[in-house]
Parts: sequence; structure tokens; C-alpha cells
Amino acid sequence: MIEVEGLTKRYGPTVAVSDVTFQVRKGEVLGFLGPNGAGKTTTMRVITGYLPPTAGTVRVAGFDVVEQPLEAKRRTGYLPELPPVYPDMTVDEYLAFAGRIKGVAGAELKKRMDAVSETCAVSDVRRRQIGKLSKGYRQRVGLAQALIHNPDVLVLDEPTAGLDPKQIIETRQLIKSLAGQHTVILSTHILPEVSKTCERVVVINGGKIAAVGTPEELTRRLQGFETVLVTVEGPEKEVKEKIERIEGVNLVERHEASDGRVTFEVHAAKDKDVRAEVARAVVESQWKLFELKTSGLSLEEIFLKLTTKDLGEEPAAT
Amino acid sequence: MRNVVTIAGKELRTYFHSPIAYLVMALFAVLCGFFFYNLTAAYVIETFRMLEMGGMGAPPMNINENVIRPLFEGILTVVLLLLVPLITMRLYAEEKRSGTIELLLTSPLTDMQIILGKFLGALCLYVLLMVLAFLDIGLLFLYGNPAAKPLLANALGFLLYGGALLSLGMWISTFTKNQIIAGIVSFAVFLLLYVFDWVSAFSNGTVGRAMSFMALTTHFDNFAKGVIDLSDLVYYLSVIGLGIFLTARSVEALKGRA
Ligand SMILES: Nc1ncnc2c1ncn2[C@@H]1O[C@H](COP(=O)(O)OP(=O)(O)OP(=O)(O)O)[C@@H](O)[C@H]1O
Ligand SMILES: [Mg+2]
Repeated sequence: MIEVEGLTKRYGPTVAVSDVTFQVRKGEVLGFLGPNGAGKTTTMRVITGYLPPTAGTVRVAGFDVVEQPLEAKRRTGYLPELPPVYPDMTVDEYLAFAGRIKGVAGAELKKRMDAVSETCAVSDVRRRQIGKLSKGYRQRVGLAQALIHNPDVLVLDEPTAGLDPKQIIETRQLIKSLAGQHTVILSTHILPEVSKTCERVVVINGGKIAAVGTPEELTRRLQGFETVLVTVEGPEKEVKEKIERIEGVNLVERHEASDGRVTFEVHAAKDKDVRAEVARAVVESQWKLFELKTSGLSLEEIFLKLTTKDLGEEPAAT
Repeated sequence: MRNVVTIAGKELRTYFHSPIAYLVMALFAVLCGFFFYNLTAAYVIETFRMLEMGGMGAPPMNINENVIRPLFEGILTVVLLLLVPLITMRLYAEEKRSGTIELLLTSPLTDMQIILGKFLGALCLYVLLMVLAFLDIGLLFLYGNPAAKPLLANALGFLLYGGALLSLGMWISTFTKNQIIAGIVSFAVFLLLYVFDWVSAFSNGTVGRAMSFMALTTHFDNFAKGVIDLSDLVYYLSVIGLGIFLTARSVEALKGRA
């Protein structure tokens, strides 16, 4: 539904986005994850036709955003970082205006206004002035605007930024409910957001794509090896040596110790599950096994790893 | 075309949702009314004095020449230098500041539809000012007998003069997020274009003539007299076209940067 190919965007000498390629499939919710200044907003602005790309192509629903901007824009709904609302209009006036400039008119417009007000939970403020609404409502009015022409593609730039926890949860649910009928791409620098709302994640850093995959895939890929946490009551040194002798185990590190129980971090080769071996080794030696679990990296850690790795590698490369 | 009207309607509604429309109209009504009253009063006194003197020596007085023409040529052109920036300063600056420019530029509209819509919306408010001016002038019909034909030329000139200022003001408004700056710069530019005319008073060379030609008011003289000259018409239409073209260029550049 969205095809971004070799996208590069420069602002004068600054390269905001460099050679970015990814696709968003029909009906999918794609998370666009990156720290501040990564180039998320810039990429979204090119997708929505607000900014022309310096190089590369972007196609929305098969239409090139540069060659056929009107066709592409008709099929795109966009909620920018700052909801693009006119404070002196009422919600109804605003939605009517947004609908008209997107080619919805007459009875259809009335129907769409009712529908999106319902979906975005702004029905109770339709006659109020937008400038007098709370930030959460304004955000939802912005979202209603993006949906008014029932677009195939929704581009949401940090849709939950600045909302309170309850509103964040509601907004996430709303976005999830939109998946399927709409193809959604949303940006965020808040990690739990992606694992909660997105089926696939593109991690971007410094204008380049750092990783692509489902949240689970990313976790697995990044770990590179499996890590097992094992808590044992027994002689620390011997336990360590015994576990180290198990085939496939690369490294055993003492994690923490309390009340005579020691927790080890066992790093095994990639795609090798050593949990059964570790358990047998411990029980064979008549030590007491208290806990045995894999430690999945949280997305938060992945994110840090991905984005700090890049920076760390740069000096080595030159 | 429907998109242009939608944008124009939105602009007009914004003017009336905010104090701007009322402020501009009130200022205009007061200033226009004040000068109109003064000119008319002076005219009446002068007429009586000439009657007393038996109408000897001086040429006969004429309402069009002695009230309406100075009102337009000498006064309203200057008043508009101040009021038009109030109308145009927000056109793009405010959209940029509030981020709504992203809504406009990502909607299935062409840049030109947006520009023409904004221009048309501003022009509608301007036409309301014209109506106010002509309400005053209409009073003259109750007590005197001004010629109606020159008034048509007056109205056309007034519209074109305002159109030229509006399109240039709109262009200036694309450069900043700050309405106030857009307003002040517009006023300064208008003032400069206005005083170009003075150069011709002390310089008769090509430069002087060129500057006088560029001056916004030079071409208003004929309209104020009640004469429609093709070259004046072409001049104002060109300035309007230029302003719209420059706005389009500036919006294009805006996309590269903002
Ligand atoms: N108008 C502009 N002119 C010059 N540089 C810009 C402009 N807009 C963005 N940049 C630069 O481009 C880079 C990417 O910015 P962008 O806004 O796309 O980041 P982002 O991922 O959206 O960040 P955030 O999480 O803070 O919203 C940044 O280094 C920024 O400084
Ligand atoms: Mg951003």
C-alpha cells in the first residue's frame, strides 16, 4: 500500500533521511520507531506529499506522490505532530471544511462527519470551538480530520504524544480498530507503543533504517544469542564450571546472589535452547534449582542497542 | 473551482470569527466617514461662498471632482496602505504558525487553488470595505447630483488597487510564521511603492519615470478622475498576477525548507 524506495531528503546541507526503503502492506499497522531527530516526521511528510523527496520514490496505493500528487493525497489521511486545527472553528465547521477540501460533499459529508465524530469520540463537543478543547480532544479532532474522506492510508505522526495515560490507551485501541480497513503508519519514540499497537516495526536512526521486523523478530534477531537465567542453591564455583561444560554454552556470568542462591546468566549459541541441559546438569549434581527462564530483551533495550550501536560503530569504520 | 470557493469561504469565516474583520471595517468606516464629512463640509462652505461672490472668477464646483476624487485619490489610497496588511498578514503566516498549512498542502488541492481561494477570501472582505465607502458616497445622491458614470471607474480602480495590494501582501505573508512581522513588512513595502510616485516630482530621467510607473498610486489617478485607461488596467492586473505568481513560487520553496 505504501512503497518507499531509496528515499533521501536533504534540508540544504543536512541529510534528514538517507536511502530509506520499506513497504507497508495493505491493512497493516506499521510502527516507525526512532529517537528525536531520526527523520520520522520528514519521512511522513514525504509520504503525505507535503515535502518533495530529494531522491527516491514514494508510492501510495500505487500512485507516485510526486507524479500524481492529487490521486495519492485523495487516498491519504494525515495527522501531523501538531494537530492541524483552526482554533476559532467549531469541530463541525472544521470537519466540514476538511471534508470539502478532500472532495467529500453533500449528504455524504454529513454521513462521514457523523461517522468520524463517533469513531474518534468527539460527538459530544461538535459545536464547541476547537481552541477551547483540551489537548486530548484536539488530537482526536485531528484524527477525525484524517479519517473524514475514508482514506486507504493513514499517516499518524506521534498520535499519542502529550496525552494522559487513559487517553493513550484509548487512542491505541482506536488505532488498532482502524487496522484492516485502513493501512496505518504511525511514528513514535515511545517503545511500548509499538509492541502494543503495531504488527511490524521499522526502526530508524540518524536518517537510516536500523532494523525492520515484527516486535518479536526484532527481539530475537537482536539478541544474537539466547540468554538463560538460572537460579541455583549450591556451591557457586562448581555450579558455574558444570554449566560451562554443557555443549552450546558460550559464557556463564554471575548475575546476582542472595541467601545462598546464585543466579547465573547463561549465554548460549544462537538458536540453541540449552534450558533442558542446564536443568539436567543442576539436578544431576543434587543442587537445588529454583528458577530457570529465558531473558527476552525488552523493546526498550533493543531500541537502545540499535540506536547506540550505530553511533558506537562509526568511529571504527573511519 | 469548488475548492477555490471552499478555501475562500473558510478565509472569510476566519475573518469574521476573529476581531480582524470588525477592526478593519470599523477603522475604515471611521476614517472614511471622517474624511468624507470634512471634504463634503468644505465643499458646501466653498459652494456657498462662491454663490455669495456671484460665482465669479473660479471654475464651477463639481461633487465628483471636489469630493469623491480627493477622497479616493488622496485619502483612501493611504488608508488602505495601513488596512490591507491587516487583511493579508495572516493569510499564510497563521497557517504556518498553527501547522494547518500541513492540512492544506496534504489535501488533494493544487497550490494554485489554495492561493486563489485565499486571495478571493481576502478580496471579499475588501469588497465590504468598498461597500462602506460607497454607502458614504451614496449619501451625496440624496442631497446633490454627482455623476454616476465616473463612480464606476472609481469603483473599478478601487478594486484593482486593493487587489494589487492584497496579492503582494499575501506573498509577503508566506515568508514568516509571525503575522505581525508579515503585517509590518507589508506596510513598509506598500509605503515604499506609494512614495515611488514622489520621485517623479524631482527627477525627470528614465529612473524617475520608471519609479513613478511602478508606484501603485500613479495608475490610480485616471480611475479617480473617472477615466478607465487600458494601460492602468493592465498595470494593476499585472501586479495582481505577479503577486499570485510570487506566492506560488514562495509556497513551492516553503516545501523544500519547512
Ligand atoms: N525544516 C527543516 N530544516 C532543516 N532541518 C530540518 C528541518 N526539519 C527537520 N530537520 C532536521 O532533519 C532531521 C530529522 O528531523 P525529523 O523532524 O524528521 O525527526 P523526527 O524523527 O520526527 O524527530 P522527533 O522525534 O523529534 O519528532 C533532524 O536532524 C532535524 O534537525
Ligand atoms: Mg517528528
